Amino acid sequence: MAKIIVVTSGKGGVGKTTTSASISTGLARRGFKTVVIDFDVGLRNLDLIMNCERRVVYDFVNVIQGEASLNQALIKDKRVETLYILPASQTREKEALTQEGVERVLNELAETFDYIVCDSPAGIEHGAQMALYYADEAIVVTNPEVSSVRDSDRILGILQSKSRRSEMGLDPVKEHLLLTRYNPDRVDRGEMLSVGDVEEILAIPLLGVIPESQIVLNASNQGMPVILENDSDAGQAYEDAVGRLLGEEREHRFLTAAKKGFFSRMFKG
Amino acid sequence: MPEADATQTSQCFQLKGANVSLTALELHFFEEDAFEETLRDKIRQAPGFFRDIPLVVSLEKYEGPTAELDFFKLIGICRRHNIHVVAVRGGDEDQRRLARNAALALLPATAQREPRAPEPAEEAVEEAAPTTPDPAPTAAGPAPAAARLITQPVRSGQQVYAPEGDLIILAPVQAGAEVLAAGNIHVYGPLRGRALAGVHGLSEARVFCQSLEAELVSIAGHYKISEDLQEQGWKQAVQLQLKDDLLVVTPLDK
Repeated sequence: MAKIIVVTSGKGGVGKTTTSASISTGLARRGFKTVVIDFDVGLRNLDLIMNCERRVVYDFVNVIQGEASLNQALIKDKRVETLYILPASQTREKEALTQEGVERVLNELAETFDYIVCDSPAGIEHGAQMALYYADEAIVVTNPEVSSVRDSDRILGILQSKSRRSEMGLDPVKEHLLLTRYNPDRVDRGEMLSVGDVEEILAIPLLGVIPESQIVLNASNQGMPVILENDSDAGQAYEDAVGRLLGEEREHRFLTAAKKGFFSRMFKG
Repeated sequence: MPEADATQTSQCFQLKGANVSLTALELHFFEEDAFEETLRDKIRQAPGFFRDIPLVVSLEKYEGPTAELDFFKLIGICRRHNIHVVAVRGGDEDQRRLARNAALALLPATAQREPRAPEPAEEAVEEAAPTTPDPAPTAAGPAPAAARLITQPVRSGQQVYAPEGDLIILAPVQAGAEVLAAGNIHVYGPLRGRALAGVHGLSEARVFCQSLEAELVSIAGHYKISEDLQEQGWKQAVQLQLKDDLLVVTPLDK
């Protein structure tokens, strides 16, 4: 039985799509058959980050409306064997995502996949609600700043009250906190909330902390999931997060400011 | 706000938020004689209760024809029995126009209130056993009944309401969340959102919390906003109560 994971946040620009790309790639790299779905109809980005934008023929909405089969719309990743991408439509509205349609597509995917990762659009409207409705687990992506934390709190409330699991009275959606764009230097200077602050406010288990890094931006621009940058701190932090998602015990890294020498400061950002 | 009382005596009046408990008369159809007879019957059962009370006529369950809805007659009958019709609730456009012609205030239908407020995880909410039966309702209104117990965090955008008794929350109330109770509110965790106790006007109601970080606290309509709460007991375990219409914060360890 496939596990459905939604990557959500409420607030925009916090790193949902970056996270969806890396988590799905990390799961697939471990041999799980994984599909990542772009729910951000109208603003499709996931295919850019996954570097498959030139291979999009049919999309999620086409499948929902019966204009294409799943096999026609699924794009096979070129780097990781067991990874597939279901892109969003650029030309439709979010209302094209009907609850019945989404359910049908997810059920069909669940027959063959181990993990279904849903990349939610920002906001708390229809698109975001469709992305989280069928979730078994939720990765709540949060930046260490007050407004992002507030929006994450809002989306946690929606997960508790408007997901299928809550409506059917099943076990609640399993919640994970993923803190992105974390900059220990700025935390030390009091310019950012600390991991402890965010954990205390949101009161859900911490899945990982992704350090702020130029690597993330570069990787996005090159259409490369950050997790594949094995030598980078951000890539390793995502790999740790995937491990924890699968139940492994891993110590949190990159939480404190690195003591950089003069040369490393000059030559490495 | 309550504090302004002492300083601004030159103003002719002051507007205050108030929550008043009203009796609603749910009208199914209107026929003069049947109406008066039923009313007389009800009054006979509890003569003290009906004397000079304000009454809201609820049209949400009205099934009779609009043309028969004669508010002037209805008001007249009520007045003969010392009942003051003040407003209608619900009803369609025509019915509300008739009510307005009879100088009644228009209240929204109850179903339209907070249509999108998500009900926080209902399955997690257990109804506590009712308190010991009270001998009789006091003049201040019906005595608070069962308490409502919440065990999960009340998240931003969620609203939890205990319409009859106390509200007990064993988790944080987050910024952007709202908790309301007819009686007291207890928060065994930080109170970061809004807490409104005694919403039906019970001025003895209190708010207790382990850490006061609230956006707003209100008791029986008297409120303080976050800015005014900073001065005392901020981020401490406190209780809030009304003393001479003034919201007073006291640390719980003293």
